[in-house]
Amino acid sequence: MEGWDPNTKSTLTQIPLLTIKAGPRDGAAWTQRLKEEYKALIAYTSMNKSKDNDWFRISAANPEGTRWKGKCWYVHNLLKYEFDLQFDVPVTYPSTAPELELPELDGKTEKMYRGGKICLTVHFKPLWAKNCPRFGIAHALCLGLAPWLAAEIPVLVDSGMIKHKDDVATSSES
Amino acid sequence: MEAELKELVNDLHSLKKSISNPSHLALIDKMHLHAENIATLEKSGTTRRSKVKDMSAEVIDSNPYSRLMALQRMGIVNNYERIREFSVAIVGIGGVGSVAAEMLTRCGIGRLLLYDYDKVELANMNRLFFRPEQVGMTKTDAAVQTLSEINPDVVLESYTLNITTVEGFDTFMSSLTNKSFQPAKSGSGVDLVLSCVDNYEARMVVNQACNELNQTWMESGVSEDAVSGHIQLLIPGETACFACVPPLVVASGIDERTLKREGVCAASLPTTMGVVAGLLVQNTLKYLLKFGQVSRYLGYNALKDYFPTMEMKPNSQCSNAACLERQKEYILAKPTRDAAAKAKADKEVLSAAQNPVHADNEWNISVVDDEEVAGASGGNSGVLPEGIVHELPVADEYPKPPVTETVGPADDLEELRRQLEALNAD
Repeated sequence: MEGWDPNTKSTLTQIPLLTIKAGPRDGAAWTQRLKEEYKALIAYTSMNKSKDNDWFRISAANPEGTRWKGKCWYVHNLLKYEFDLQFDVPVTYPSTAPELELPELDGKTEKMYRGGKICLTVHFKPLWAKNCPRFGIAHALCLGLAPWLAAEIPVLVDSGMIKHKDDVATSSES
Repeated sequence: MEAELKELVNDLHSLKKSISNPSHLALIDKMHLHAENIATLEKSGTTRRSKVKDMSAEVIDSNPYSRLMALQRMGIVNNYERIREFSVAIVGIGGVGSVAAEMLTRCGIGRLLLYDYDKVELANMNRLFFRPEQVGMTKTDAAVQTLSEINPDVVLESYTLNITTVEGFDTFMSSLTNKSFQPAKSGSGVDLVLSCVDNYEARMVVNQACNELNQTWMESGVSEDAVSGHIQLLIPGETACFACVPPLVVASGIDERTLKREGVCAASLPTTMGVVAGLLVQNTLKYLLKFGQVSRYLGYNALKDYFPTMEMKPNSQCSNAACLERQKEYILAKPTRDAAAKAKADKEVLSAAQNPVHADNEWNISVVDDEEVAGASGGNSGVLPEGIVHELPVADEYPKPPVTETVGPADDLEELRRQLEALNAD
């Protein structure tokens, strides 16, 4: 964890760790894992809200909890940039991390794989591997997506690859 | 094209009839001739060779298999024609997979199953196999197009799906277990699975499927900096599975920082990918046709032209449940295996006794059995041959928390879902 800012570190310690090592094909154990995922997400979302650092919405898009959809946003130069966020829980979860997708940014940055999957190889995958099965979706957002947005969005905005939509900033402010 | 040319010829006919000026007639006749020539050329260009019923060793220009069947005459392969009975599944039809598919197609493999969800892009043109006019097609469709032209004898099945998703995985598993091609064969529906994917997640999925099906497979990979690669044979229960040890990569041997450029996700070279595909298919042919020595792990360091090899025993603490089951089965089958090995050795001794290979043994050289460690103790104590390193760390040990069953509103899935939705709402 060296190299991470103290803020992220303290946030991370407050997200509940998960205990059950189960994936979507593990039946009842997966349901138990899913409960832990929800608890971690609820804790993380509440914490973000209380710290005025709300930055994503995510909910299961199917009853099995294997497909997730939502939004994430990043504020740069006082302007809010919002993107669709989606991912599948892989069959080998939690041995492998979910591949977080921002489909709207597909093809706009080289730090992304096909289909808008953000590149997590260097900054996140080793951490996930080391902490399996204690990390869940909430941790992936905190340690995978958040730093990616912080590094990429300013570059994409400054280079003109993404433009700000004024109405987005005013209508969905929470 | 054929229809267009026919139209042109018809139009020229009617033009010829309606024209009164005889000086133009010669020109029209000339145009007519040209159109017919183009039609003939077009026809010969698209002629596909017909299917071949039996592989022949006859040395004539028109026999597509003469050079392969010559492997028998040279004493390399006992029965080359057996290759038509084999099914190989290739997962990932990219820089390595597509080339491996072409090699196996040209070798006359019986059946190929191709899996990929990607489309061909211009950015793929620095690698082999795909052509610019195939841009926009799915990789599986484009591959079937090219491969069926090269060798119509090969049965091609293409699956355009992502194997890491729950639905994709189900289709992947059922396609591997479909035995309609060789119903009499034991095992799953394929003889070998080749993993030619470019990411850890997909490799873990292939590993999962093969461990569950007790299916031998080979893994291949090229580093993101395009200057190293590896192939690995995985026999569930017998060798380390992909989850037994963190993935191994060939160290580049030079300072990593001089190689990794900020902001670029992956580089690739047709050379490195071609070399790795070649190594992979060579190992495949040796495995299927039973000749030479099948490599368990073979690395390729392009910068130093260094090829490290190694073997890995399964990890008795592997996190993959199916792997542990296969390990148990492998240990249980030890007596049978030993008996078979002994019978084979006896047979060899017998034939050796008939015609001694060496009359004297000046240096007292004798063949010693590799000691087989029962229980397959974690022989992966982090000692790796020079030039090979782990790509990811091992999961930290952590104390299992005491099971605290908290039944109530906080432990109900629906309630938790509602709580998150409530937070999402404002």
